[in-house]
Amino acid sequence: MKTRAILIAWLGLMLCGCSHKRTGLLVGNYGTTIVESSGGKQIGAVGTTLTEPVVVQVNDDQGTAVVGAPVVFSGPAGVSFDPAIGATDASGQFTTNVRLGGMAGRYEITASTFTKAKKRVDLKLQEIALGYQQEVGFQIDEKYCTRCHSPESTPERVSNYDNLEVKPHAFTEGDTLNKISDADLTAIISYGGPARNKSALMPPYGYTLSKSEIQAVIAYIRLISDPPYQASGMAYAQK
Amino acid sequence: MQSSRNTLSSLWQALFGDPLRAFGLVSLLLLISLAIAPAKNHFSEWHHYQKQYLAMIRGRGEAITLQRHLQEGIQQIWLPEIGVVDRCTTCHVGSKETSLADVTTQPFRRHPVIPHRIDQFGCVMCHRGQGPATTVEEAHRSTLAWEQPILPARYIESSCGQCHRGALAGTPRLNEGRHMLARYGCVHCHTIKLPDGSTMKATDDPPSLSHIADKTTREWIYAWLKDPQAYAVSATMPNFKLSDADGRDISAFLIANSTPVPGDTAPVVTSKAPPDPTAGASLYGESFCASCHAVQNAAGNVVGGDVGPELTRVGNKVKPEWLQVWLRNPRLYDPGTGMPHYRFNDQQAGVLAGFLQNKTDSDLLANVHLDPPTPEQIAHGKTLATEYGCASCHEISGIKKPENFAPELTRIGSKPVTQLIFLPGMPHALPDYIAAKIRQPRSFGAALKMPQYTFAPSQVDALTTALLSLTERSQTLPPALTVAELPPSNYQPAGKAGRLITDLACFSCHAINGRGGDMAPDLTWEGSSVQRQWLKDFLKNPNTLRPALIRRMPKFNLSDDDITELTDYIMTVYQTPAFDRDSMPVSGYSPAEVEQGRGLFYSKYGCQACHIVDTNKDKGYIGPTLTQVGSRLNAAWIYYWLKNPQVLRPGTTEPNRNMSDDEARALTAFLMTQKGSGKQEAKK
Repeated sequence: MKTRAILIAWLGLMLCGCSHKRTGLLVGNYGTTIVESSGGKQIGAVGTTLTEPVVVQVNDDQGTAVVGAPVVFSGPAGVSFDPAIGATDASGQFTTNVRLGGMAGRYEITASTFTKAKKRVDLKLQEIALGYQQEVGFQIDEKYCTRCHSPESTPERVSNYDNLEVKPHAFTEGDTLNKISDADLTAIISYGGPARNKSALMPPYGYTLSKSEIQAVIAYIRLISDPPYQASGMAYAQK
Repeated sequence: MQSSRNTLSSLWQALFGDPLRAFGLVSLLLLISLAIAPAKNHFSEWHHYQKQYLAMIRGRGEAITLQRHLQEGIQQIWLPEIGVVDRCTTCHVGSKETSLADVTTQPFRRHPVIPHRIDQFGCVMCHRGQGPATTVEEAHRSTLAWEQPILPARYIESSCGQCHRGALAGTPRLNEGRHMLARYGCVHCHTIKLPDGSTMKATDDPPSLSHIADKTTREWIYAWLKDPQAYAVSATMPNFKLSDADGRDISAFLIANSTPVPGDTAPVVTSKAPPDPTAGASLYGESFCASCHAVQNAAGNVVGGDVGPELTRVGNKVKPEWLQVWLRNPRLYDPGTGMPHYRFNDQQAGVLAGFLQNKTDSDLLANVHLDPPTPEQIAHGKTLATEYGCASCHEISGIKKPENFAPELTRIGSKPVTQLIFLPGMPHALPDYIAAKIRQPRSFGAALKMPQYTFAPSQVDALTTALLSLTERSQTLPPALTVAELPPSNYQPAGKAGRLITDLACFSCHAINGRGGDMAPDLTWEGSSVQRQWLKDFLKNPNTLRPALIRRMPKFNLSDDDITELTDYIMTVYQTPAFDRDSMPVSGYSPAEVEQGRGLFYSKYGCQACHIVDTNKDKGYIGPTLTQVGSRLNAAWIYYWLKNPQVLRPGTTEPNRNMSDDEARALTAFLMTQKGSGKQEAKK
């Protein structure tokens, strides 16, 4: 008698669990590709929710948006999505808020959809989490660097980039900046462009910023560079 | 019963019947019990992690160094003066190894770079958790015996705030949260005592409601009380979720309770129809109202400053005659307002009032129909206003500001989980509780009085961070271990000029001696910086020095007497002790020096990157335009500024160039020759 009651209760629980899962994935349509609409390559502090949501779109063979296609977000440990799973809306898009993990660095998140043949199609996006040091670097960048180094203007802060005869490198320009060693970057920031035969329009900051602040700026530049910066001399044989 | 006793006695016989066998057995038992302690260590979690760590570093180039650094067994950081007993480094063995930068698996990851050393502060100071625990579960999560879980990374800045009372560059969320506690008036109702014995002060300025009937209608008050954000999306007043009847009664009470402002506030007779329909918009722009006031544009974005209230629907709110009086002199209605007294003439006040009066939304008050109030309704309104603590923020004649209206938050960051009542389904942790309380206070009980705020998720996180920093430890730390905040300044200039500075609300934008806003330059040493004639001209007709800025000094229509008074005061009082303002000549520099300075300006120091001297050639506009700097700035100021700008204005954008005396002198000579007059500028 007792065993039967337990069995029924167990079956009931299992059914509940299964049915819940099924409603979560109940979708009618399938696309063949998944593309980013917005929200990639954002920068946020560790553990915080990115300011803009990540939006992806599912398309079919013709490239038209598919309504009601399944989308699943996944990422490394610590990253959470709200919601992580669902179906595309009336415009064929799926929107999720991303909370970064607790460690500074790059997070590769994956948005997946499924084709009619149950084949998984992935889209990889990169988001950047700033730790304490990079956050300090970011604050210094905002105050001293960005008005010349970024061509982007806002009404509150007009860029000075266009006014410069020798154009500065944006801090995301990995192709150039990744080739400059930490020592050279430190020299340029501390003693100005002429310290490494660069333009005098880059003033010295070594008499204004402390050594640790300059290190913080470099840590920030290294983290946001695109393509990503690979530290040299750090490659050890991995088991 | 009998059979079991038989079995037991036969078992006893079999084991201990023979003395030799009994001795052997007891020895074996002793041996096993002695082995328990080392075996427990061997099979413990931390030993498992230390073995894993050894296996991980074996394949690395610097394995020998790393192995030498590793101390096996339980490790402990003990700091009695701050009450830290941490064994975290038992498992987190690689936290100090800089060469492990590429390792991302915990617990072996290197600790990110911070300004503190782990052995001086321990781990739980910042991360919370149970320091003395030696298992993963007990150290990181809350268990029955130990309830302090690890602090989620998004609130980690709260830990900095335990010792650092002031703003830090690396803790933007903590800074924002603290700013919000004061800006959104949390501390009007909740007391937050600071460790130095003072109480956190609010920085918002909720208007007095004692004369509200002069300013607005009962219908607007009703609509505002029901939903402040429907009137202005950026409104900081929270939503009290009042019923229609409560809104009706409170609005009735506020109008009935209001008394007219004493003194001469007779409305201006507006000249019929302003001569030019765009005159109002032009005056609004010329007066730089948008530096402080925002307006929501068609796309829904709120554009403008947040010093004063949003004006998107101001026409629905204010009475036309009140608005004109306010624009003529806001200090008649509110002596403490941050709005400058613009000295508009009657016609200007009329034009501007007409322009603002047209900023309306026909839907806002369309459905508000209130019958004349009964005395019972007014009395009930007063009861409600008292119960909801309206007088905590607003001055209301007849209601005293309540003391300790809401729970004190001085130690909220250490509140034990056992004292919290959680909602079903929410995680049982203090940060989640605080965040949920801020997000939806009434979800904890419909009868609660705390109103509903409209905060973005990041703002909720910032506020939670600031509240979590208010811990027991932050209150009890020895003062020697804390980093104090700069004490707030209550500087007030004296005399007639002081009254003028208050009347023009200079402090709303400029800081002087530590008091005031940061929208405009610090004026503490303005007298050492500028030339008298330039200052007089500027006060008469301010023209911008920084063309890239949208916020600029407005024209206050000052009289010549006022200008002389202000100029004299600034030139005499706001002097730096760092140098003598007459130590450098205004003119008489040799042409060779001027030419040397020009060379330094354009080649060695590349000043044209940020400044314009020759409008045909230079384009930089981060710093002020220097075309007339020779007639604007004092030579000694230029010289000492070039020597080190950070000393004269700490935190200014211009970096210190470490110039030699000769170079600074040559550049000063060159800059002093830049006297291009304003008229020439206008022609171009």
